[in-house]
Amino acid sequence: MNVADKSRALQLSEDLKKLSQEAINKSGLPIVNDEKTKDPILIDQNTLLVSYLLPVKKIMPFFEGLMKGEVLATRCRRCGAKYFPPQADCSGCYESDMEWFKVGDEGVLLTYTQINVKPASFSNCEDYIVGIAEFQEGIKIVARVLTNDLKSLRVGMRVKLAVIREAQTRNLVYVFQPIQK
Amino acid sequence: MGRVAIVGVGLSKFGRSTDMNIKELAFVAIKAALNEAGLTARDVDFLSVGSFGLWQSEALPAVVVSEYCGFENAGTARVEAACASGSAAVYTAANAVASGQAKVAVALGVERMSESPQEVVVEMLGRSGNFFWEFENYGLTFPGYYALYATEYFSKYGASEEDLAEVAVKNHYYGSLNPYAQFQKIITKEDVLKSKYVAWPLKLLDCSPITDGAAAVVIAAEDVAKSLTDSPVWIKSMGVAAGSSNLSRRKDFTGLEASLKAAKMAYKAAGIEYERAAKYLDVALVHDCFTIAEILAYEDLGFARRGEGFILAKEQQTYVGGIIPVNLDGGLKAKGHPIGATGVAMAVEAVKQLQRRAEPGRQADIRNGTALTHNVGGTGHYAYVFVYSSS
Repeated sequence: MNVADKSRALQLSEDLKKLSQEAINKSGLPIVNDEKTKDPILIDQNTLLVSYLLPVKKIMPFFEGLMKGEVLATRCRRCGAKYFPPQADCSGCYESDMEWFKVGDEGVLLTYTQINVKPASFSNCEDYIVGIAEFQEGIKIVARVLTNDLKSLRVGMRVKLAVIREAQTRNLVYVFQPIQK
Repeated sequence: MGRVAIVGVGLSKFGRSTDMNIKELAFVAIKAALNEAGLTARDVDFLSVGSFGLWQSEALPAVVVSEYCGFENAGTARVEAACASGSAAVYTAANAVASGQAKVAVALGVERMSESPQEVVVEMLGRSGNFFWEFENYGLTFPGYYALYATEYFSKYGASEEDLAEVAVKNHYYGSLNPYAQFQKIITKEDVLKSKYVAWPLKLLDCSPITDGAAAVVIAAEDVAKSLTDSPVWIKSMGVAAGSSNLSRRKDFTGLEASLKAAKMAYKAAGIEYERAAKYLDVALVHDCFTIAEILAYEDLGFARRGEGFILAKEQQTYVGGIIPVNLDGGLKAKGHPIGATGVAMAVEAVKQLQRRAEPGRQADIRNGTALTHNVGGTGHYAYVFVYSSS
């Protein structure tokens, strides 16, 4: 699996900085002409960099499950509603009393796509496949499908839910491994 | 709640704009709409602004536009419903008038997507699925989300990429007749099928483009509307619904539950039977961010039975003269999709159609005096359906 390149947005911003520096050297202003229309465009001299901070305290058992190679979902002890992605509070009955359970190992691929035009953070990846599979108890999950062979995939085929380490970040992620007959 | 009508509409030319900043772009649409209404900005009590905004430099577009366009007596707010932000703006403005809080309100949609690099825009859109569970590790994109719909739809109903191409060909045809459209070039089915994959099985020509644009409508209470014009277009009903944030939590991927709910709500209030909806409507504007989305809309809106939307496209029943003409302005596909402006632009087009002032070749035959707009936000996260009437 190819890992996301989180520095691509920074690279794009640095390219613009270079462009505006040349303009400033010439005219004193970071104004360049648009390549197509030749309209004057002012390039912002500041760069906004954000990495969000996400609280995970209430669903930490999910991440502890990943460390053990398991994908966990939650079930409301009062009304029985099941949740994946797991959640701490029940949207149905408003209780906050959940039990954790392991999602089944094998599921059915419901749909899939291959991402050809990629977001900045994934721009150095080869085309990758993402799908939705359904597991026991009707749990549906979005994840990467581990194959480069789009043609080998079929709606309805069986997939294995596995926890692996991403090749470069070494981050634990859950993925679908196609089970070929 | 009182009756409310649209008494003036305005649009900027859609496309990549390098000559106007956000307030100048909004000014074009607002000036045209106020001129049509015979009003000035000082007559307006409320300005609602649909703008998604992440990609543009101004964080508070409602405020910069309000000041630049001289709305001295109006309160304002930016409203967000992803790709349906424009419809949320129309909804907010219409409710402000219907409640009696405002006599005249303006709904503006404006977006400047070209202020950020394309790959960053693709990322910002992709992050608008469910951020952590669908984007963070897996890098889903918006075309990717709709491709997931297409794959299951194809598998369940036997439709193909060729069927989707019909939608692109139709919408580009009507775009070619619309001077405000981003793409004004006719394309063939072969062009669509030859275009590169963006998210298999969707190709470049299955996708709406990245667009800058602005659209505005002036909304007035019944007494004001009747004093201003002989041909107001009434907002007959509004339906609104929401869907789950995670795509994986949807029942299936062959329709948008939120669209269905919003349509039923709007139809009920307008006295339209769901199964025969097309018979009541002269023209529809539906959310074709991707060709598959237009097919799903045919079914969710009751124009075709489940699994038969692609047949409607194949038989070319959504051209002028067909069962129900759809997206005669080129749709999001060819007119362009400046996210927050799209919903307001749909209202603009519904008014033009009902007043029989669409450009030659793209005017629907107006018999019932009724038009529909259908605007989806996200992957079916938000849905807005409006029924407009000339009487």
